[in-house]
Amino acid sequence: MKTLITVAMMAVAGLAFKVADNGYVVGDKATDFKLKNVDGKMVSLANYKSAKGYIVVFTCNHCPYAKAYESRIMALDKEYAAKGYPVIAISPNDPVALPADSYENMQKLAAKKSYTFPYLIDESQAVSRTYGAKATPHVYVLQKTAAGNVVKYIGAIDDDTEGTKTEKVKYVENAVNALLAGKEPAVTATKAIGCGIKWKKSV
Amino acid sequence: MKKFLLLLLISLSCFFANAQVKLLSLAQLNKRVANTDTLYVVNFWATWCAPCVAELPNFEKLQMVYKDKPLKVLLISMDFQSKFKLVQQFSVKHKLKAEVYLAERSSDQELIDGIDKDWGGALPGTLIVNAKKGIRKFYEQEFTYAELNKLYLSSQ
Repeated sequence: MKTLITVAMMAVAGLAFKVADNGYVVGDKATDFKLKNVDGKMVSLANYKSAKGYIVVFTCNHCPYAKAYESRIMALDKEYAAKGYPVIAISPNDPVALPADSYENMQKLAAKKSYTFPYLIDESQAVSRTYGAKATPHVYVLQKTAAGNVVKYIGAIDDDTEGTKTEKVKYVENAVNALLAGKEPAVTATKAIGCGIKWKKSV
Repeated sequence: MKKFLLLLLISLSCFFANAQVKLLSLAQLNKRVANTDTLYVVNFWATWCAPCVAELPNFEKLQMVYKDKPLKVLLISMDFQSKFKLVQQFSVKHKLKAEVYLAERSSDQELIDGIDKDWGGALPGTLIVNAKKGIRKFYEQEFTYAELNKLYLSSQ
């Protein structure tokens, strides 16, 4: 019995490592989560009964790339929440490593900028690891299906981090527009340049 | 007065010559690291990236320790291109001795994919190339000096 438990534990540990190492690829089913929003309430994807899908954005307070994209994240929610694809923002960073990303500072930023979407803290970092978020901002577009929430796009918001180009390739918008039109996104994965996620120091 | 100005100019030019930041494109970088006489350790960093700034001295030390070896450390900043002056000021302030560049790119996507397809885009990242031995590896992680030293020695 002891051996069985050990084997089972090793299997679980191995699985956890595999997920942590790789995260989701396009086509995977994304798990739901229950994370604390800046208003103190717990938020899950399942709360959004009428959603057709989700724009899950791993982002944070401190990162210049996240700051550069903040208004574009806000615009995505304004454009797509009503169409069935709300933005769900998650801060993955360890506040011990980065006090600017503390829950209190997340509350302040969300209030100051009047976020129209939830801004959740992933205190255990388990959700961020499961998804495979690497940097901030890092986007996962999910489509709600009878079988679950299927990952349809992973990567950057557009190809213009600094926001200086007149002609941007809007990866997230293109992906969501395709899904809304009943099609598959033409581009399903891009690189999300940004600040590496600050993981808790392992104990 | 003229003499003084001249002196000032000379001292200023010496000052800047030590920390001359240049733009570097992906094509230029790939051409450079294809050189089979030298082993290249290319660190991708940014002035705003705290772990990057913290590990820069390790790269500087590597270059210093092996200054007589065919090793070149290149420090490529991923700061926005509009921050050229800031990168210049940073390298002066931190007295960076290795070659410092600002990545010239029309798109982060092209650059990241061109450096390594497995690079997700998070900073810091380090590319090590030994063209003579056909080694080209990318590490999306931070390095201590000991780790960096080990990596260099095993890539020779």
